[in-house]
Amino acid sequence: MNMQRRSFLTITGSALAMAATALLLPVRAFAQWVRPQAAFEAKGLDATFAAMGGTPEASADITFMAPEIAENGAVVPVNVTSKIPGTTEISILVEMNPNPLAAIFVFPEGTEAAVQTRVKVSQTCRLHAVVRANGKLYGTSRETKVTLGGCGG
Amino acid sequence: MANPMRIRATTSSGVTEVKALMSHPMETGMRKDSSGAAVPAHHITTVIAKHNDKVVLTAEWGAAVSQNPFLQFRFSGGAPGDKVAISWTDNKGDSRTDEVVLT
Repeated sequence: MNMQRRSFLTITGSALAMAATALLLPVRAFAQWVRPQAAFEAKGLDATFAAMGGTPEASADITFMAPEIAENGAVVPVNVTSKIPGTTEISILVEMNPNPLAAIFVFPEGTEAAVQTRVKVSQTCRLHAVVRANGKLYGTSRETKVTLGGCGG
Repeated sequence: MANPMRIRATTSSGVTEVKALMSHPMETGMRKDSSGAAVPAHHITTVIAKHNDKVVLTAEWGAAVSQNPFLQFRFSGGAPGDKVAISWTDNKGDSRTDEVVLT
């Protein structure tokens, strides 16, 4: 009786472990991309970095173009290019926005790690571009002065 | 309600450049209308771009992407006649897919 119980536990345990690994693997392989909702809802730059998995290391291999002065904070063009090999993700963060994380772009094999879009900037602050490559975070930032805030009113 | 997006995709020397202009209000949920009532959040959350059937870009967006979002990216491959499709889904469950033929 006891023996059966023991073997049942062992089998169930290993089956559970296998199921857990199977669940984790696709996330790591980016086969199944999951929206990091916590990072989008985080308030403040440090909390957002924490939700993304750590503070990025400064890198000179990221080209980040944002205007020095934006007349209209509701439409601020940004252009990010990563020269870091193995780049899988580019995120754009606006430091003083209510939720700093604006967008994450995921690049499969064959797509250049470069993207251009437009974001809202609530007030004069630093804009950050964060690149995920080989599981590590790299970042660079630029200051944008906003004449008219992006939150309308 | 969603209007079609404008997509332009051009391919030259093995690299395809895609430009897309989506039509979406991208409300943050923090703005108030003239009567002082908060305008509920309504923004695109996920964008997926495909070249034929292969995903070439996935984007997750928050409310801080501008109204009528613009997106530009490049991928290797693509020949005239291939299809590039872009689809988005917003936080109200609305979605739209538009496609263009490469030139």
